[in-house]
Amino acid sequence: MGSREEILARLRAAAPPARELPEARRFGGRFEDLRAQFAASLQDAGGRCVRIEVADALIGALDQLEPYRTASHIASLVAGVPRANVRLEEIRDAHDLRDVELAIIPGELAVAENGAVWITERALPHRALPWIAQHLALVVSADALVNDMHEAYERLEVGGGFGCFISGPSKTADIEQALVIGAHGPRSTTVFLMG
Amino acid sequence: MSAHAERAALFLVDQPRSAWHDQAVWYVRQKRDRAARALPEWEELRDQASRVKSHALSRLADYLEEFERNATRMGATVHWASDADEHNRIVYGILRDHGVTRLVKSKSMLTEECHLNPYLFERGIEVVDTDLGERIVQLAKEPPSHIVMPAIHKKKEEIGELFHEKLGTPAGLSDPQKLTEAARAHLREKFLGAEAGLTGVNFAIAETGGFVVCTNEGNADLGASLPPLHIACMGVEKIIPRAKDLGVFLRLLARSATGQSITAYTSHFHGPRRSGELHIVIVDHGRSKLLAREEFRRSLQCIRCGACMNTCPVYRRSGGHSYGVTVPGPIGSVLAPSVDPQKHAGLPFASSLCGSCTDVCPVKIDLHHELLAWRAELAREGLVPRWKRLAAKFARLVLGTTWLYRASGWLVRRVVPRLPRNLVYARANAWGRGRELPEMPRDSFRALWKRRGQP
Repeated sequence: MGSREEILARLRAAAPPARELPEARRFGGRFEDLRAQFAASLQDAGGRCVRIEVADALIGALDQLEPYRTASHIASLVAGVPRANVRLEEIRDAHDLRDVELAIIPGELAVAENGAVWITERALPHRALPWIAQHLALVVSADALVNDMHEAYERLEVGGGFGCFISGPSKTADIEQALVIGAHGPRSTTVFLMG
Repeated sequence: MSAHAERAALFLVDQPRSAWHDQAVWYVRQKRDRAARALPEWEELRDQASRVKSHALSRLADYLEEFERNATRMGATVHWASDADEHNRIVYGILRDHGVTRLVKSKSMLTEECHLNPYLFERGIEVVDTDLGERIVQLAKEPPSHIVMPAIHKKKEEIGELFHEKLGTPAGLSDPQKLTEAARAHLREKFLGAEAGLTGVNFAIAETGGFVVCTNEGNADLGASLPPLHIACMGVEKIIPRAKDLGVFLRLLARSATGQSITAYTSHFHGPRRSGELHIVIVDHGRSKLLAREEFRRSLQCIRCGACMNTCPVYRRSGGHSYGVTVPGPIGSVLAPSVDPQKHAGLPFASSLCGSCTDVCPVKIDLHHELLAWRAELAREGLVPRWKRLAAKFARLVLGTTWLYRASGWLVRRVVPRLPRNLVYARANAWGRGRELPEMPRDSFRALWKRRGQP
């Protein structure tokens, strides 16, 4: 514990005069059409937004999704998906998810300014699932749309376990700035926006 | 010549290449500009971010204790390291205790700064950098040349050659899509085989005891969630007080770095994964020294977006490796002398003091003022070359003596145009290397002003 005390003592001795913490507040305006803005932002991030009217329409919309039609290993945390065949409750070790081609995961919140969807560990038996899968589908209610990140953090409880904002597929531009989709994680991210 | 100037000269030998580098980096700066202009509230966000960080720095010890309390409550183990050496010993100790021989790492400038990789290699641990750019430079046995785009200095053909040699891709392959695909397959095996994952920390939240890691590739998430052991390394300055402050910082970070509105993944870690372990290493390594210095402490507000590099005319033309430090560019030139003033005395001079870095900084660090302050400090410590000190003294004398200033102006205007070129551009004229002197005007500004008449 020697270093801990030393570091804290050094930081206390070096501390500048107290500066006030500004109040956390929102900056910027609001969007007229949150759904349209979300879809546009997600497209900028390399993802795709599919609007569905009611929850029952999800299966029909999934049928239009290429990875859903062709994948032989589908893991779904959304109930009632007929082609889902990876029995997540039986998987102990996240490494056994290596063959998952499509993961379908419910989102809790969606952000119009950047196309991000908030997912948490509450719904997730393994943190690795959204990244180890070759393709990702997120399902989120349009009622859970917010304008921007300020509003997102007003709504969220970030304190418990793991949570992540996912905006589009995994990507990189590390080779001569050329954008390549599908770096380590999903090669595609589709968000089904309900309602 | 300073070490930076010497290395920059080497980089500039290949003119087309340095012009290409300049353009590649400038392109990122332009993307940043478009993203910033799209938000009318941009300046308000910068102001808020700067004020939150400056408050956090004024109460850093309290916030770190709060963070530690909450992180421990969430099930993490918190370690403290005074310097790079202690940091490396702690990380190695955790790995050794868990019998780890294969480690996957996502981007962490702190571990680069501490030279963790060679330390672990020497002790028999395989360390794989998993960010594509970092993997490229690791395979090439080079340091990163940029903190956001570590392989920005490399051409795709060179990466193709490297992958051919190291990963067995077909010779002559240079398509970024195919090269990335090859790296994906190679690194996926490394992720699946790793026994531990190490990540950096973008923001540590005092009130919740959690931390946030931002990536586009998703490598931090695979590395932190597949193996049972996750180690996160952070500098003491990463603390922010509240989760709500993230709204401001995340809106600024990706826009400033690459012009994106947010990175693909913004992961919030609170406690270990199920049946896993999470260790957090908090590192000082010279940061408390900077905090004590009024003229330099704002550099600790840095969120490592890289915008100051992308805009810097010196960085763009001299390349990241010319700085000889982990964090190059204006922010690196402010941070490095605090760790080793002797070794990095040349860096605060690797700037034109144009102030562009200060203008783009999302947390309003007064970068060019700090660079200037370092020059004064290094001169006081006798770490500036004699000729530079003499030149500065001479300049002060000329600029501070009216008759001498006028006489010198007259002399230069009259004499320089008559001198033979090889004398004007002799070795002593360092400025004239690679640059043309402006044409000498016939009259001084004072004379022109007089002739124009008073306004």
